[in-house]
Amino acid sequence: MTTSIKQLPDTEQVLSGNGACGGCPATMALRIVGKALGPNAIMLLTPSCSVASMGMTPKLGYNWPGINITFATAGSSASGITHALEIMKEKGRLEGELPTVFSWVGDGGTYDIGFQALSAAAERNDNIIHFCYNNEAYSNTGVQRSGATPRGSFTTTTPTGKRQPKKNMALLMLEHNIPYVATATVAYPGDLYDKVVKAKNIPGMKYIEILAPCYLGWQFDMSDTVQMSRAAVRSGAWLLWEAENGKITFNNPTSLIINGKKAAEPVDEYVKKQGRFNRLLKGADSAERIAEIQGDIDREIAFMRERAKITI
Amino acid sequence: MKSLTKAYRPISWPMLGAGGDTGSWRVHRPVVDVQKCTKCQFCWAYCPEAVIDRHEIIIDYRYCKGCGVCAVECPTGAISMEKEE
Ligand SMILES: Cc1ncc(C[n+]2csc(CCOP(=O)(O)OP(=O)(O)O)c2C)c(N)n1
Ligand code: SF4
Ligand code: SF4
Ligand code: SF4
Ligand SMILES: [Mg+2]
Repeated sequence: MTTSIKQLPDTEQVLSGNGACGGCPATMALRIVGKALGPNAIMLLTPSCSVASMGMTPKLGYNWPGINITFATAGSSASGITHALEIMKEKGRLEGELPTVFSWVGDGGTYDIGFQALSAAAERNDNIIHFCYNNEAYSNTGVQRSGATPRGSFTTTTPTGKRQPKKNMALLMLEHNIPYVATATVAYPGDLYDKVVKAKNIPGMKYIEILAPCYLGWQFDMSDTVQMSRAAVRSGAWLLWEAENGKITFNNPTSLIINGKKAAEPVDEYVKKQGRFNRLLKGADSAERIAEIQGDIDREIAFMRERAKITI
Repeated sequence: MKSLTKAYRPISWPMLGAGGDTGSWRVHRPVVDVQKCTKCQFCWAYCPEAVIDRHEIIIDYRYCKGCGVCAVECPTGAISMEKEE
């Protein structure tokens, strides 16, 4: 059973009055992650909105030891820290339960700039959790395209809408044969919480990606952050799944779409709610371009359905 | 744990209001109608700012940014967004 909202613990690791935009999905997600990890953890951040949200020195908006590292190094820095902790414990310089080492990184720092070091950490199966909060763009620098930006989306570097589909990063991490991979999003806090608790208790490399609809980049009203997250899942634009030791299971409501018990909502509903697709909708070829977006979604659903059948 | 050298001590400390008194950003203020509230805690769970008391459903206006997520997610429509003076 998924943890209900009333069962979520009181622990608050994200402190009120931090520097994030109102309605920020990254902060919303981190709050739930904090409830699952608790205070005994070390946080690493690459340049991103979540760094800007930490606030102004000497105040820090997150209640963990936090280290700001360079863009490309989430994988290697987290590996170094987790190894150092293990050695310190071996030498008797640390007692009790070792802190969880986790990276809190955007899609830019995960899909693109940090990919090499992350892939290496996964291949070594180092004992860390890598979180990618995915707002589908480089938001902190004013919304540029990333490998996570979906086809058709406007960014400052794709002024007529991105022409390529996004890549399936969670699946790429799964193919590193790591013990745990999961996807989540802010509309389903119990699902996210359970996945983080699970990851915390598994040794080795864990990857959790959280879709974070950012009102600024996606261009909708900030009060609708959770609505947009729910719409992404209902349309199949975001699939909720987890894989323990390579075995994929889908979570509700994605599992209903995958099993064919419920149809995914047509993507136009989802696309029309967001200003980032506006220019595409106004173009003469809008029908074709929406069909392309729908095609990307249908392909991912079909592919993941089949991929999940492989359990060897 | 012993600090190895003072030069490497972290320079920031966890504190409320690291971004200032963010309540001053607010354009609309969420107001809870206790008659309609069922204490389901949805608003508490989705509030990015952690400014809602989960039991009393009281909002800390010093830091509430007025994003309105709580009002949209409230299943009974107990939260209204009222324009700040
Ligand atoms: C090597 C390097 N290149 C560029 C930057 C500028 N920069 C800071 S934050 C950022 C965007 C990060 O995007 P993402 O990882 O998706 O996080 P988000 O801002 O969306 O939260 C960029 C490009 C930097 N700090 N370092
Ligand atoms: S730009 Fe988006 S992700 Fe960045 S702080 Fe604002 S709402 Fe959050
Ligand atoms: S979401 Fe609405 S009904 Fe539920 S606790 Fe908050 S104000 Fe009350
Ligand atoms: S308006 Fe936003 S910050 Fe204020 S209580 Fe509601 S959800 Fe929290
Ligand atoms: Mg991003």
